[in-house]
Amino acid sequence: MTAAAPTALGGREPRPSARARRERNAGLAFISPWIVGFLVFTLWPILYSAYLSLTDYDVLNDPTFVGLENYQRMAEDPQVRLALWNTFQYTVLQVPLYVVVALALALLLQQAGRASGFFRTAFFVPKMTPPVAVGVLLLLLFNGEYGLVNEALGAVGIDGPSWTTDPAWIKPGLALVSLWGVGAAVVILLAALQDVPVELYDAARVDGAGWWRRTRTITLPMISGALFFVTVVNTIAAFQMFTEAYSAYFGAGSSTYANDAALFYVIYLFREGFAELHMGYASALAWLLFLVIMAVTAVQLLVSRRLVYYEGEQR
Amino acid sequence: MRASLQPRSSLSHRPGTAALVAGTLASAVVLAGCATGTRSDADADVDFGASPSAGAALQVMGFGTGDEIGKVRHDRAVEAVGVDVTLAEGALDPQAFLSAAASGNPPDLIYGERDQIGTFASRGAILPLSECVEEQDIDTDAFVDPALEQVTFAEELYGIPEFNAVQITMANADLLSAAGLELEDVDGSDPEAVLAATEAMMRNDGGRLSVIGYDSKLPEFLPLWAKGRGVDLLSEDGRTAQLDDPEVVTALEQAVAVYDAQGGFPAVKTFRDSTDFFGAGNQFATGQLGAMPMEQWYVNVLNENSPDAPLAFGPVKGADGEVHAYATGSAWAIPAGASSPAAACAYIARMTETDAWTAAAEARADARETEGLVFTGVLTGNEEADEEIRDELVPDDPPAPWGDAIEAMYEANDNTFALPANPADAEFEQAWQDAVNRVLNGQEEPAAALAKAQEEAQAALDDAWAKWDDQQ
Repeated sequence: MTAAAPTALGGREPRPSARARRERNAGLAFISPWIVGFLVFTLWPILYSAYLSLTDYDVLNDPTFVGLENYQRMAEDPQVRLALWNTFQYTVLQVPLYVVVALALALLLQQAGRASGFFRTAFFVPKMTPPVAVGVLLLLLFNGEYGLVNEALGAVGIDGPSWTTDPAWIKPGLALVSLWGVGAAVVILLAALQDVPVELYDAARVDGAGWWRRTRTITLPMISGALFFVTVVNTIAAFQMFTEAYSAYFGAGSSTYANDAALFYVIYLFREGFAELHMGYASALAWLLFLVIMAVTAVQLLVSRRLVYYEGEQR
Repeated sequence: MRASLQPRSSLSHRPGTAALVAGTLASAVVLAGCATGTRSDADADVDFGASPSAGAALQVMGFGTGDEIGKVRHDRAVEAVGVDVTLAEGALDPQAFLSAAASGNPPDLIYGERDQIGTFASRGAILPLSECVEEQDIDTDAFVDPALEQVTFAEELYGIPEFNAVQITMANADLLSAAGLELEDVDGSDPEAVLAATEAMMRNDGGRLSVIGYDSKLPEFLPLWAKGRGVDLLSEDGRTAQLDDPEVVTALEQAVAVYDAQGGFPAVKTFRDSTDFFGAGNQFATGQLGAMPMEQWYVNVLNENSPDAPLAFGPVKGADGEVHAYATGSAWAIPAGASSPAAACAYIARMTETDAWTAAAEARADARETEGLVFTGVLTGNEEADEEIRDELVPDDPPAPWGDAIEAMYEANDNTFALPANPADAEFEQAWQDAVNRVLNGQEEPAAALAKAQEEAQAALDDAWAKWDDQQ
């Protein structure tokens, strides 16, 4: 406050002391490896891809400047619309499912007492499975005739769908398979749950609040910051869906058979850039995805202002 | 927590930060302007006859010595050329190769699919090899013609082919016999007979497919089915797509009808995915598949894993009754900018010469004899080597049904066709495979799907050829 006051009144900021300058320089020196890494491996590729999106570039020869031609082509490309629509549908399906299951598991784990450490590890271990293996696993588990999932459904009298070949069921199948890696979100939410002050629950119990009431009015608001984080991060990951769908429907699991329902945006981008060598066009596609994710995240941030509570926040 | 999500707008008002951003942007623009590709005029002066310098090394991408055919030839070539060879094993990853080439650090040699050669050649990523052939006395007349055509782009040789994968008809003899059928009913010469055989051999238990009568092997074998009706998917010069040719449409309709008769492609694929394709429980051994066209290498899988399965083999035939097979295979190519092109050329020459193949085939024949298995031959892409191997190493009277498999394989090898090299290989293939997939998934009818594919493929070909023509 004291430093800002002169500036607000039109005065000059006071010159930092020698000690403050030394501390600032030391801080900069400590974070310089990250700054250099960010400039070289993040900012530079971002800027370069923006330039490439304005060129015709086949990776091997010099880029040729074509202005906004790639963006114009993108607007007319039906595959872009299909891939965006597929990705949007998957995101809408997967994110709520993932967050709800993660929350349910975290709430269960919280009840597990001393055994929660074991289960926390058990839930997290699948996250370490290579995504390519998960994609291939999908084809086996979700095989419409002989897969374990449909066998289980059959045992309770449900005739399971053709998860891997019916266009209507491919995205639900992928969304269910994504739960294989739900352990990471469970760990985050469990940590948040364990931070909720016990006094709040005690007070609610004294007032006669049941489990549902306590969960709705205490637990969810108190962990809303963590829930928001999991939602935002998972939304971004869903928009970037690639490996599992690619290995199941375009790669190792199926060399030539593919299904339009599994053509996610990043798969199309990869195909354009690395299979067909249209790297300029792929760069333009990447920028569109970046803008879409940025817009969606911005909407989520706006909504979060009403729904997310941060401890110590003044409302 | 929330504060960290808020933009620090005050930073943007500081002159230092603004200068940093402006400087970075300026650098980006300058560097972007300086970006260069990898084609080099120096490549025109490559000396394929130069002697490798002492301690020279050769970096090879995409080749492995996982079996005796690779290992024997590799060891022999390394000794003959006298350089250290480093192998980046596993199938050639175009992304890894292109990244290496774009950064100006390509390997000395790549080993990939023949259908990638046109794309790499048209972009200047690999060197023409006529001088290499001359310098190393490589006998190109010995190579299988379609294999050579696949690596010849704009009348210049860009790759040295090896191996030839060809399709033959494979069937379960018991299922054929039980349905009162002969192998000729499923060899493709009569599409109506194939459909009838499919219906006769398939089984559907309680709404679930339990025996596939016939598998057309779509999408990958569309070129085979089209050729069966006398049409290639691409013109001889590689410039004109022929995907909407009425005969191609009919071929696709007939191949898809086989799936429709069995409840649709999804039902067949679902069942196919649940089987142990490479093991003892393969579809033929378990009586779950009547017949299909398949590449000859699968004969060895069957011989190793289910030697007693009731199998029958024969060639694939077209509507005219003639044997035909869609040839695919590998090729060696030398990237532009390779540091040791002469050594790479010498290595290729030693790897693909007839003596190398016969030595390798001998090692395999010995290994299979030790394991009590039948040596079924090797299709090398080199006719001279194929002939020597068949005459000298393949058993004269192999036990049934493997003798029929060997016979069918060599007959198919004598009657191959291939799609010519072109600068839009990937786009062309993607277009027709997408079309077939749309039909298999029930999204479009064959004629509409192929008409759309024709437009896409031709646009990609026109664009790629225009760029190539402009460069000339």
